[in-house]
Amino acid sequence: MAEHLLDIKSFKSAKEAQIPEDLSGLSPEEQERLKLLGLDEKLPHEGEYVQIDAKPILCKRKVEGLEIMPISKALKTFDRIGDYFWKALSPEKDEFTKATAEDLDDGYFIRVLPNHKLIYPVQTCLYIRTDNIAQKVHNIVIVEEGAELNLVTSCSVHPNIGSALHIGISEFYVKRGGKLTFTMVHMWAENIAVRPRTGILVEEGGTYISTYVSLFPVKSIQSAPVCRLLGPSATASFISIIVNHKDSHIDLGSEVYLEGEDTRTEIISRNVVYGGKNIARGKIVAKAPKVKGHLECQGLMLSDEGLMMAIPELDSYYSDVELTHEAAVGKIAREEVEYLMARGLTEEEATSLIVKGFLSVKIEGLSPELQKQIDKTLELAKLGF
Amino acid sequence: MVENLLEVKDLWVEVEGREVLRGINLTIPLGETHIIFGRNGSGKTSLLMTIMGFPTYKVKHGQILFKGEDITKMPPYERAKKGIGIMFQRPPTIKGVKVREILKLISKENGAKIEELARAFQFEGFLGRELNKGFSGGELKKSELLQLLIQDPQLVLLDEPESGVDLENIHLIGQMIRKLLQKDLHRKRTKSGLIITHTGFILQYVPADLGYVIMNGEIYCKGNPLEIFEGIQKFGYEGCQQCLKRCEF
Repeated sequence: MAEHLLDIKSFKSAKEAQIPEDLSGLSPEEQERLKLLGLDEKLPHEGEYVQIDAKPILCKRKVEGLEIMPISKALKTFDRIGDYFWKALSPEKDEFTKATAEDLDDGYFIRVLPNHKLIYPVQTCLYIRTDNIAQKVHNIVIVEEGAELNLVTSCSVHPNIGSALHIGISEFYVKRGGKLTFTMVHMWAENIAVRPRTGILVEEGGTYISTYVSLFPVKSIQSAPVCRLLGPSATASFISIIVNHKDSHIDLGSEVYLEGEDTRTEIISRNVVYGGKNIARGKIVAKAPKVKGHLECQGLMLSDEGLMMAIPELDSYYSDVELTHEAAVGKIAREEVEYLMARGLTEEEATSLIVKGFLSVKIEGLSPELQKQIDKTLELAKLGF
Repeated sequence: MVENLLEVKDLWVEVEGREVLRGINLTIPLGETHIIFGRNGSGKTSLLMTIMGFPTYKVKHGQILFKGEDITKMPPYERAKKGIGIMFQRPPTIKGVKVREILKLISKENGAKIEELARAFQFEGFLGRELNKGFSGGELKKSELLQLLIQDPQLVLLDEPESGVDLENIHLIGQMIRKLLQKDLHRKRTKSGLIITHTGFILQYVPADLGYVIMNGEIYCKGNPLEIFEGIQKFGYEGCQQCLKRCEF
């Protein structure tokens, strides 16, 4: 497994890097990259947070009801931080959580006050600019009772960077009747290792929607967010849209624990494999009666030089539950390619359109702006052979 | 101007080593619509698929000329660009691709008016839907014909255009085909059509200039489409077999 080959100590500290004072210190190429990932002044948004290596360089809020700050500041100023810091996730989970607990490279703290429904997204960006560093961030998001937040996190690296490691600890708290839509768009590079560690707690009637998009080459990603639906009628959806390139190793899974009555979840993953190794895991555990869960994993293999594994798991401790899964791995149907060729598309254009269609998952509850951004990223990835 | 839009000369075709067409000869002049009758498995669809250029249909012998140019070895997209369009009998579902998206791609070269045409044939409500996903028989045909209207090919290949269509829709589908084949013009038509059918009912909506019967991969009969249709209705394809009066071309 890729994580065994990864030695955290071989990376330099992110704190030593020389960082520009603000975004204007980035090259036009870097600015363009971040813009493509959604950090765009022209797009309507409620707040912004940008961190380069270990240093927050932009933190803005535009509306009432939103608190946004570097976590280093929240640790000093938010008096209830102890109720949230390492509460959805244990620092002892693995070497990556431990390393972050011991030596933090900041991260964001976002809180939406009760009953404030933010319409537009809050944009955050975690960017690695310096070669061979380990960026270890810790993020906390609290959506208070009846509040709503659309959070977009884009993660990327300097276009010319060699290797680096990103560890992202995220703890998300959705209180009674709150709603958090979390969209993560990644654009890494061939030698970047990525280890997100995420814990999510959702209370009664709360909603959590996570969309993860990674379409570009990366060395390795290994992540398995753990979501606990604590109160009755809470819901969670996880959607991942993944392109696994040659030499990439992506191991992604979501675990949802249905702990309250009438809780519901859906885990959907779409994976296009050009090579490398792709593992799509999903686990739903029914720990209360009258719960519903569905796992769906689809893989499209575009080459014989790779591995795609779908590993669904459904555990139930009750009889009155509805847990289902469907998984399918296959190639592009020849019939579909030829159909489109008869309409004047070349084989390459036809394949690219089919792949794009395969990855175009209709995401319930996602704002049109975000949907547009995901569609744009799909265009950009120039899918096909 | 080329007089014959399509010429098929002594065409022998195999699919996975099985002979499906045996020495087909066919000429469609500019502006004419021809119709081929045949029961299931007679080679009708194989003929259309070979004219469109699908690689499963291997040409062992013979030639296909379009506007005088030999297209026998061309891939389907080049034939489409040259002006051949096909209506599939059972088009596949293309997941995640909206009808509007494919129409935009098809219209890229000629700038056809998508919304206007869709409205004219009561299909505007489908533009945002995934291509062919969950479409009824009639909706599939409309989707196919709308794509062809946007593509605007000079030669239209229609595979069982009336199959699986309810009475409510058949009239509209007939109108779409008539528009494709310029049936409202009485002279100087520049569009030609090749329709294949096993029921023949499409003739009630779209007139044809010449009819044929195909059996076991061979064309057996050529003549007035309505007379052939009447014969088939009266005696069935068995009657054709007994007649066995092979046409001389």
